[in-house]
Amino acid sequence: MKKFKNVLGIGILALAVFFVVAADHIDAPDVQGGTSDITDFYAFQGENTENLVFVANVQGLLSPSATATASFDENVLIEFNIDNTGDNVEDLVIQAIARQGKMYFFGPSAPTSTGINSTILTNASATGVVDISLYGSSAIVASNNGMSFFAGPRDDPFFMDFAQYSAIIGGNASSFNDPGSDTFAGSNVMSVVVEVPKSMIGSSGTINTWVETKRK
Amino acid sequence: MKNIKILTMLLAVSMISFNCSNNDDNNDFMAYEPDFSGTYVQQDQMGRPAVNTVFVSASSKDMFNITPPSQQNAAFQSMFEANLTALSPAYANEGDTNALGLDAATFTGLLATDVLNVSLDGKTTIYDGENVLTGRALADDVITVELLLIFGGEDFSENPGLSNDNVDGNDKPFLTSFPYLASPW
Repeated sequence: MKKFKNVLGIGILALAVFFVVAADHIDAPDVQGGTSDITDFYAFQGENTENLVFVANVQGLLSPSATATASFDENVLIEFNIDNTGDNVEDLVIQAIARQGKMYFFGPSAPTSTGINSTILTNASATGVVDISLYGSSAIVASNNGMSFFAGPRDDPFFMDFAQYSAIIGGNASSFNDPGSDTFAGSNVMSVVVEVPKSMIGSSGTINTWVETKRK
Repeated sequence: MKNIKILTMLLAVSMISFNCSNNDDNNDFMAYEPDFSGTYVQQDQMGRPAVNTVFVSASSKDMFNITPPSQQNAAFQSMFEANLTALSPAYANEGDTNALGLDAATFTGLLATDVLNVSLDGKTTIYDGENVLTGRALADDVITVELLLIFGGEDFSENPGLSNDNVDGNDKPFLTSFPYLASPW
């Protein structure tokens, strides 16, 4: 009987863990809550439709007071991966890494090797640098070679009634509420935004893209 | 008076600091050369929203985050399919599909390779009723789209209480210009 209870307990726990959070916020034990935890990834056509915009958000669920002291980890490389040949292997990367209050960008450029290990492409022909915007100040934007760069705290653009989803999965509710309640309302993330001419990525058709965090 | 003393002291301290730095290295004073050397090893990755969160079992989440997308289908598709059919009654019967016409095996075959497909030719959205998987815009209601594809059945009509979280937009308006995301709270 006790054993059965334990099994049942583990089952419920497993189910709860199974649905821990949201878009990619605290998605896995090794990264959750840390400086390399990706919360979200977006890729969309820019205001100038000749450009694509890539957004990587890390360090989710920051309260306003936590945001004031949050910073990018200088040991964490944020790498946008772009496959323009349809094999889900990166042909180009755009790398972003913080150094002393500035975010440095390298690429789009071919990586020295594909997969889980990266070195920073300091010889890339396309580069950029922008002062990391401070909490409470207006956004600082920089441009170079037709690219635009931003790094700093932003409102978490993700929205979802995650609390009710958890209640459903936990067996405490049978459906969503109407209206629902945005669990991410009022919380911030650390964002990296880069806008790139499409011509630097490919000519036409569909690319496959994803974002990675890598630690030194 | 006290303020002046403190100011004088601060000035003196900064003069000393200045001198120390200057003496250490006359040529590079104030110059800063960032160090970009070393190897960076993967910890997290993401293509489509909520994929690792929803479809990967707890014990495999870290492994999923360090498996290159080109290897994810072979390693994880069967797990995705088992978790999808355990989660949603919309795939219970033989031949069941979602509104994209994908059955459990085909749908999880698409999702297991966790990359975002982005069109270079036009509108970029997860789903807007017309375009499917051509990107991800900030205002896309990705969770409702995913709930509909998981729970909504062939015509989005099944399990209505589970297929929409009824949160349809962000808590702050997005910007029309770079950097597009709203200022922090």
